[in-house]
Amino acid sequence: MRGYLTTAHSIVEPSPAAKRVAAGLVIFYAAVTMIPLFWIFITGLKTPPDSISYPPKIVFEPSLEGYCNLFTTRTRQTKEYIAQLPAPANVCDEITRSRDMVIAGPSNYMPRFVNSLVIAFGSTFCAVFLGVLAAYGFSRFRVPLKDDLLFFILSTRMMPPIAVAIPIYLMYRSLGLSDTALGMILLYTAVNVSLAVWLLKGFIDEIPREYEEAAMVDGYTRLQAFRKVVLPQAATGIAATAIFCLIFAWNEYAFAVLLTSGEAQTAPPFIPTIIGEGGMDWPAVGGGTTLFLIPILVFTILLRKHLLRGITFGAVRK
Amino acid sequence: MSQIAHIAHGLAEATPPGVARRVRGLSDQAIAWLFITPTILLLLAINIFPLIWTIRLSFTNYRANRPNAVIRDVGIDNYASILGNADIWAAMQSTAHFVFWTIALQTAIGFGLAYLLDRKFRGHAFWTTVILIPMMLSPAVVGNFWRFLYQPQIGLFNYLVSFFSGIPPSSFEMTGSVVLAPWSIVIVDTWMWTPYVMLICLAGLRSIPAYIYEAAEVDRASKWRQFWSITLPMALPFIMLAVLFRGIENFKMFDMVNLLTGGGPGSTTEVASITLKREAFEKWRTGYSSAFAIILFVTVFGLANIYVKALNRVKQR
Repeated sequence: MRGYLTTAHSIVEPSPAAKRVAAGLVIFYAAVTMIPLFWIFITGLKTPPDSISYPPKIVFEPSLEGYCNLFTTRTRQTKEYIAQLPAPANVCDEITRSRDMVIAGPSNYMPRFVNSLVIAFGSTFCAVFLGVLAAYGFSRFRVPLKDDLLFFILSTRMMPPIAVAIPIYLMYRSLGLSDTALGMILLYTAVNVSLAVWLLKGFIDEIPREYEEAAMVDGYTRLQAFRKVVLPQAATGIAATAIFCLIFAWNEYAFAVLLTSGEAQTAPPFIPTIIGEGGMDWPAVGGGTTLFLIPILVFTILLRKHLLRGITFGAVRK
Repeated sequence: MSQIAHIAHGLAEATPPGVARRVRGLSDQAIAWLFITPTILLLLAINIFPLIWTIRLSFTNYRANRPNAVIRDVGIDNYASILGNADIWAAMQSTAHFVFWTIALQTAIGFGLAYLLDRKFRGHAFWTTVILIPMMLSPAVVGNFWRFLYQPQIGLFNYLVSFFSGIPPSSFEMTGSVVLAPWSIVIVDTWMWTPYVMLICLAGLRSIPAYIYEAAEVDRASKWRQFWSITLPMALPFIMLAVLFRGIENFKMFDMVNLLTGGGPGSTTEVASITLKREAFEKWRTGYSSAFAIILFVTVFGLANIYVKALNRVKQR
């Protein structure tokens, strides 16, 4: 039962008027802050002329041209050549031909998107795997210089990425890891493992030691207790940590632009290079950006209860 | 008891009694090291070894685009010329401008929003999530798109500004003008990261127990007085934490600025990381840029130390 002081009649409860004002201001801020994202989304559905018209168009006829341009490369042809081609096979063919062009082949967007997926999931798996082990070690055992080691792990995250990139560039060049997915996975694992250790240590600290000790009295070894008692208990924390690592690797740009150029390039350095004839192809950029941001939107909603912990390295837990 | 189990038992005695209750297979101490070592080794290989390499290079004239040239030791020349270089100091000033204004705006707006959300109106949880979205997105991809919003002729930003103020939209260029470009990156960063400060401030406000306000009401303290003597002091450690995190992050800022302005026009928005990239990967002065990297690293490390101390203070509360 709640005490009378914390009910709606509490003297510290904000008045209905105060609540209405607060709600109004917050919703106004949320609406303003959503404008750029809304614009990215609708630009992806415009034709190139619509995307650069003035005044900016809010009402327009939606078109798939941006997405067609995103996934294809095109070459300009004469009207006579286009007229004698067989009927267009799909909507993209049709749109491209109406611009006096034909589709020459797929663009690099899909391979870059796949690279992003491979590198993000690969590095997340490695970072969480290493992170769970190290976090358990730090949480449960007496480790000499524990605080120094934990600080060392965190401090690696404080280095400016460009400063780290200089020697990594030289090192990868001599090891043949430049522009390889393996090289990027290793690098992102190293960056993410610091976050993983700190977050997971917090989650594991919250699991009472008595659970494992009871299991060990029942005849489990330490490793069995870790696998069968601690890991299932920490499942939510592990999932939240994994999503944070995934988001970092997915969004990362500085290392990606300096250390990859072709084969292993991820989407963030690729999207700004999407150029159409005579300048940026903004609908294609808008489409590519939208597709790239959607997974993050989903993850943000999944993570909303753990966000605070993730962004403060577990310092603030709510 | 076998010989091995005996040794294992001896090792386990080194760990606290509750932990070492059962010894079978591996000792606790062995497990601890087995679990921690891979992470430490990875960080040594990917972070510490390269750091030592950078320190070594910072005393040479090495250029990465001429791997076969003779490498000469130049002593502390690189450090001396960096500290005496006006361009580097200009970059440090751009960085300071960027860090100061982003933190000031984000703290003010972020705390304000957190305070409003703490009024707990209906639907506040939903709107919190909506407001948080920008900070989760890729700064590079978002920075690239803001370039479009800032276009003087066709961009939405200029259109909206002229719509509400009457200034002709093509009369100002956010990313192209020397005066406005430093503010263009402040605006985008504030848009992205205000939610971050808001979220931490919200945790601070929620940590204040209701009975303190109740006692203040009983004592007839005005709302204004309650804000200054309860709300603000008690949320302060959280605000500090947010400021320090943003400070470190924005000191390292590279991706968003690189795509939005590329450091231009001229070098007006050339923050430290952009200068470093130009020196290291465009001019290929590897030795020189290594020295600059070390200077930056020492600065960030100093900030990190302050951060950990503040963090511990927050945790003790």
